[in-house]
Amino acid sequence: MDQAHWEHFQHQADVGVRGIGTSMAEAFEQAALALTAVVTDPRRVQPRQAVELDCRAPDPELLLVDWLNGLIYEMATRRLLFSRFRVDLRGETLQGTAWGEPLDPRRHRPAVEVKGATYTELAVRQRDDGCWVAQCVVDV
Amino acid sequence: MNDLRPRRLDDCIWEIPAAGDRPVPVRIYADRELLDGMDAKVFEQAANVTRLPGIVAACHAMPDAHWGYGFPIGGVAAFDPDRGGVISAGGVGFDIACGVRTLVTDLTPERIAGQRERLADELFHSIPAGLGSTGHLHLDGKAMEAMLAGGARWAVERGYGSEDDLARIEENGCMAGARPQAVSRRARERQRDEMGTLGSGNHYLEVQQVDAIHDPAAAAAYGLQEGGILVSIHCGSRGLGHQIGTEFLKRMVLAAGQYGIRLPDRELACAPLDSPLGQEYLGAMRAGINCAMANRQILTELTRRAFSRVFPGAQLRLLYDVSHNTCKEETHRVDGRPRRLFVHRKGATRAFGPGHPELPEALRPAGQPVLIGGSMGTASFILRGCGESESLAFSSACHGAGRAMSRRAATRSWRGRQVVDELAARGILIRSPSLRGVAEEAPGAYKDVAAVVEVAHRAGLARKVARVRPLICIKG
Repeated sequence: MDQAHWEHFQHQADVGVRGIGTSMAEAFEQAALALTAVVTDPRRVQPRQAVELDCRAPDPELLLVDWLNGLIYEMATRRLLFSRFRVDLRGETLQGTAWGEPLDPRRHRPAVEVKGATYTELAVRQRDDGCWVAQCVVDV
Repeated sequence: MNDLRPRRLDDCIWEIPAAGDRPVPVRIYADRELLDGMDAKVFEQAANVTRLPGIVAACHAMPDAHWGYGFPIGGVAAFDPDRGGVISAGGVGFDIACGVRTLVTDLTPERIAGQRERLADELFHSIPAGLGSTGHLHLDGKAMEAMLAGGARWAVERGYGSEDDLARIEENGCMAGARPQAVSRRARERQRDEMGTLGSGNHYLEVQQVDAIHDPAAAAAYGLQEGGILVSIHCGSRGLGHQIGTEFLKRMVLAAGQYGIRLPDRELACAPLDSPLGQEYLGAMRAGINCAMANRQILTELTRRAFSRVFPGAQLRLLYDVSHNTCKEETHRVDGRPRRLFVHRKGATRAFGPGHPELPEALRPAGQPVLIGGSMGTASFILRGCGESESLAFSSACHGAGRAMSRRAATRSWRGRQVVDELAARGILIRSPSLRGVAEEAPGAYKDVAAVVEVAHRAGLARKVARVRPLICIKG
């Protein structure tokens, strides 16, 4: 099994974020990294300060969208970028922590702002190899 | 998916007929080449829209249609509130009332010739653009409330522009029926520092030159002449609209069952127009429209001030401001009788024909200006609404070129610096805080806007008036 990782997938107007991990929570963490990577190279972002997020939704897919939208909200209102994530999933709730630092346009060279996570190509599932995949298209 | 194969009705109109749970057809406006270039997802998404309750006549896909979320981008659909019709947060999209406005300057090419670099720098310093940029205005609770209710009129009252501008904005700059109380604390929080900002992605401010006149009479009515210098601004409701979209999308997904709506795609989240949730969204979305119109009004004044520093006394008169992500209550004739409908335009421009009572008197003879943005390196077009468009597609036309290539594919094909240099060699100055952003928006990543406009013209969605080419582009 591959180690946890993230990737982007194609959407004609925008971009898809996909996290892959050994658990659903790890896939959510990787999807969040993929979200940061839409904006900037996550390796440029120092995990200096933490933000806590709580989400609640009736199924894992809606929970993924809530998690990503929660991060988008924190990025926009606190002017932060994140590069490390921890997710705890219990039933309909998600408790997450995101570590990052204030946006520095010169150092982070942000490409684009993310408007929101969408329900397009939204999926949270376990593959035949046991890995979890969490993905959706984000509107930029 | 064979049943979703469009069949040709006319020179540039195609149809996916009604069938089964799709009570009305899909109409696609395209020539063979544009149709072949459309992702099959466009047909699938448009067909899904026809499954929504209360849809009237057809779901229309404009010539620039491409794969969106729920609705195709370039999708138009109208719903009847008296027949169980719905309003869809997905059908409006995240960037509520994203739109274009065009200003006509009194400058000549000769006057700006030696000053282009200076003007580009002045605009780049004056217009907050790109991720993390903040506006000059920071709204407290009371000011936010007034902005959400007042739109561009609020901005004019605060000294951004003049009363004359308002007549040249849809709804006279102030969307009636806005309900600021339906806009959440989080949505307001996202907007607090974002008034008067351009945003990023495909948003831009361009200085342009008219390089062809197709309809001399309409061009004269619009004050356009060959060689004339224009400014176009493309942006929307910023963080506030995005947050309204995000929150109502989820609420509508969760409530669909309760309203007995089976969603063919969760992104088509909607609620009956006469339901409390539908009404709440309508009020919040209209406040979002006001936010977008206020935002473009503030940017207009910042632009005028920047111009006056380089060209003292220069006049920049607003030609028109039109949004292309909205749901509007309008009356249209369907099968010979007028009906009150809620028209969703997702990446589509309203295009009222000559004589329409909503147009200011000066624009009534020619019809509404329809402002079509191209990509950075190509042309943009100004069209006019025409009478035929009402029976075709509820008075709607295309909104832009439409992407041909994903952002990722674009960054693999071009580097930002290379795009900037190539455009500079062609006399187009780019100013952007993000070179990767420029690469993602490379002209080659877009469809040919001229082909899109040609089909809109031939089909009778709107008629060509003038073509403009970019001189300076401030890219978010």
